Order: sequence, then structure tokens, then C-alpha cells
Amino acid sequence: MFPMMPAILRNFFSKRATRRYPPMTREPFAEVRGELKNEGSVCTLCGVCAVKCPSQCIVVDKKNATWQWDPFACVYCGVCVDSCKTGSLRQEPLYRKAATGREIVSVKIVLKEQTK
Amino acid sequence: MPVSTIPFGPQHPVLPEPIHLKLTVEDEVIKEVVPALGYVHRGLEKLAGTRDFHQMVQIVERVCGICSMMHAMCYCECVEAMMGIETPPRARYLRLIWSELNRLHSHLLWLGLFADSFGFESLFMQFWKIREKVMDLQEATAGNRVIVSVNVIGGLRRDLSPEQQQTILNILDRVEDEMRLLEKPLLGDYTVMKRTKGKGIVSAARALELGCVGPTLRGSGVAQDMRQLGYEAYGDLAFEPRVEKDGDCYSRLKVRYREVFQSIDLIRQAMEKIPAGEIAAVVKGRPEGEGLARVEQPRGEVFYYVKADGKKYLERIRIRTPTFANVPVLLAMLPGMCLSDVPVIVLSIDPCISCTER
Ligand code: SF4
Ligand code: SF4
Repeated sequence: MFPMMPAILRNFFSKRATRRYPPMTREPFAEVRGELKNEGSVCTLCGVCAVKCPSQCIVVDKKNATWQWDPFACVYCGVCVDSCKTGSLRQEPLYRKAATGREIVSVKIVLKEQTK
Repeated sequence: MPVSTIPFGPQHPVLPEPIHLKLTVEDEVIKEVVPALGYVHRGLEKLAGTRDFHQMVQIVERVCGICSMMHAMCYCECVEAMMGIETPPRARYLRLIWSELNRLHSHLLWLGLFADSFGFESLFMQFWKIREKVMDLQEATAGNRVIVSVNVIGGLRRDLSPEQQQTILNILDRVEDEMRLLEKPLLGDYTVMKRTKGKGIVSAARALELGCVGPTLRGSGVAQDMRQLGYEAYGDLAFEPRVEKDGDCYSRLKVRYREVFQSIDLIRQAMEKIPAGEIAAVVKGRPEGEGLARVEQPRGEVFYYVKADGKKYLERIRIRTPTFANVPVLLAMLPGMCLSDVPVIVLSIDPCISCTER
């Protein structure tokens, strides 16, 4: 007679399925591929990440010793993290917040040899 | 009766993707249908000239968001066959698990959209609520919600820990339980039957003749499923294609509803049998020659052709997606139907236009 009834009753007595985003967020999962971070301290500016990146959004500038990443062209695939031999790259489990303008993330790299 | 022409799409509330159908109607009965495609062509095949064959994995994933895993898997299988790489057994099972998760969330998405196409909004919300669990599973295990990006040539980039496997099984139990609760409102409802039974009928012979694939073909009574080829670990598991006889929208609905349980069952079987070991083989050299691969996606058979000459970039990659094969049969379903049935019939083939146009 009322085929939907069991589902409706269950919904009445269960937790709500939605949450009031953005004030309310859920805990991120540990292994999520979120924002990309370059630690900088161990990066050797080898440029492997820039070559491997399928969306070509990393620029390694050896002359000025900078590592640049365009978060708006990045597809968060994690290929760069997997290919970085020094372990300098990692992905935070959090996604980037919405932005009002475009920006390029630039990290100044101080090479080990120079600090010695 | 005067004849008039009515456009369906490219923007239509029932279908978020752009396909244009020029409908010639006489007294609200469809006489002729002329399709127009090409609104979202992105030229992904052409990118093979500027991205090397490893990077193409991430490119082909973006052919279709819903079945990204299967596109990448099909492409990897194709290149692996060309290079003579044997993927480790564990990778074959993991690929199966992730591709069945993809199929699950794709079918749940479609079940919701289909309910929406005949105005059953509350059912739409129920299905999407269940789907959210599968999306969360993908996010927790693969790292991304939609484009899971787990494939590399030679195997996989991610493994499933025993805890993750248990979480998947626990959540699938709940998915199954909630799906059973929706069987009656979906398949036993008077309105649903009224809107779907006897609409858009296509016979088995006609469907085969038009090169129809996937659940649309199985809804017409042809037991054809590319998973029967036994690629990846499918050959090791017990599996029968889900088939319905009538060839109408209701049959196609039933096929997809039953395939949700089939996917859950396949994942459970795979979890029981999954061997330990490596998840990726070592890849050396570059592909050379020509290769083909076929994989069953939620919408049907996808077909990859790759041509390479041992250079860094592939020479040619050609993708035939399931919706491309199902458009001719859609055009055969529509004539003789009422104008108000068009959204339901169009959705019954589960069209994925961005896939079709690549
Ligand atoms: S981040 Fe890693 S791969 Fe990229 S330049 Fe630095 S060391 Fe090389
Ligand atoms: S996550 Fe992917 S797209 Fe983003 S920078 Fe790394 S390789 Fe490039």
C-alpha cells in the first residue's frame, strides 16, 4: 500500500544525512590527496615533479631557486608526490579553501650545499 | 495533423549534459529524431601528442568522471598487453574492487537521476544518500572522491589495508540493506511502472543489429557482458550477467538495480580471495605496435585502441565509449512514443555525453 513507508520511518529515526556546510565539516580521511606542500628543506630542485606532472602545473626554476605550483591547474592526482625521490612533497588531507583570485604558490628553496 | 519540430536539449532540466535531439512530432507523437552532438568535445585523444604514455593515464581518467577508474584500467591493460607486462595478482583483484565501487556509485547515481526523470524526487534523494557512502569509501581508500586515480601502467599506486577492506565490507552491508528497502518503491510502484513499462521497447535482434552495449543490451534479453572475458580477476569469480527480457525502460531499470547487488557480491568474493603480494610490476621500455582492450563500464563496453612506435609519445589513441554505441538504439526507441516520455527514454540508456565526445 505505502511502499516507501519503511524507508521513511527509518529516516525519521536515523541521523540526518546532510550537514550545514561550510560551518560544519567532517573530519578528513587520513589518506586524502589534498593541498600540495613542498617542505623545501630537502628539495634538490631536480625538476622530476615538473616533468612528471600530467597537468604541467609545476615550474622548477633552478636559477632563482624557486619551486612554483599552480593550485588552480593541479588535478590533485599525486603523481608528483609519488615521483619525488627526496620525499620533499606531500599532500595534506585537507582540500584548499575556495578563493576569490588566482595565485601561484611559490616556495624559495635553499639548497643543502649552499647552507653548508 | 500538422507536424512540428521541438528541440530537446542541449540544455534540458532532466539531463545535465548537452545532447540535442531535434524531435519531429505529430500530435505529440514522435515521428523522427535527429541528434546533434559535439557540445563538449575536449580533444583528449589529441593530447597523446603532448603527454607521454604514463601521463596519459591521468588524461584518460578525465574522459569520464563517473567511470574514471575503468577508463584508466582499460588504457593500462591495453599498454600492458603491448609491452608484455604481467600485472601482479593482487593488483588484478584491487583493480576489480575499485572498478566495482565505481560501478556501484554510477548505478546509484543513475537510479537517482532516473527517478528524478519521472518526478519521483524523494526516491532520487534516497539513492543519492546511499551513493554518498560509496563516494566516501572511494575518498577514504583512493584519496579522491570522483577521479580515483589509482592506476599506473603495470599495476596500482594504492593498496588496501586489512582495516580498509573491513570498512568497505561493513559499509557495503549497509548499502545492501538500504537498497533492499528501496526495492518496493522503485520496482513495485504503480507510477513508476506506468511511466516505464512498455516505453522505448527495443527487441534483442534490433539491439544487436544497432551495436547496442551494456545494461541497455541486457535489458533486451542479450546476456552479453565484457566482464565475461575474464579480464583482471573477473575470470576467478562466480559471475552471471543480469538479464531482463522485455527491452523497455522498466527492464533496463531492473537490470541496473540488480547489478548493484551483483557489484556488492563481486567485491565480497574478491575480498575473500585477494592474494597478498606486490601491487605493481616494474615497467621498462616503451610500447610499440598496436593494442586493443575492452572493459565493461557501468554503461557498457568501452574500447581502447592504441598505436605506438616506441617513442615517448603515443602515435594514436582511440576511445569508443559505451554511450556512443547506444545513441543509435536510442534513436530507434523514440519514434511512436509520446513527447512526455522522451526524458525517461533518453535517461534509460544512461547517456554520458562528455564521455562520448571525449
Ligand atoms: S619537489 Fe622533489 S621532485 Fe620536485 S624538484 Fe624538489 S626534489 Fe625534485
Ligand atoms: S598533484 Fe598531479 S596535477 Fe597536481 S602538481 Fe602533482 S602531479 Fe601535478
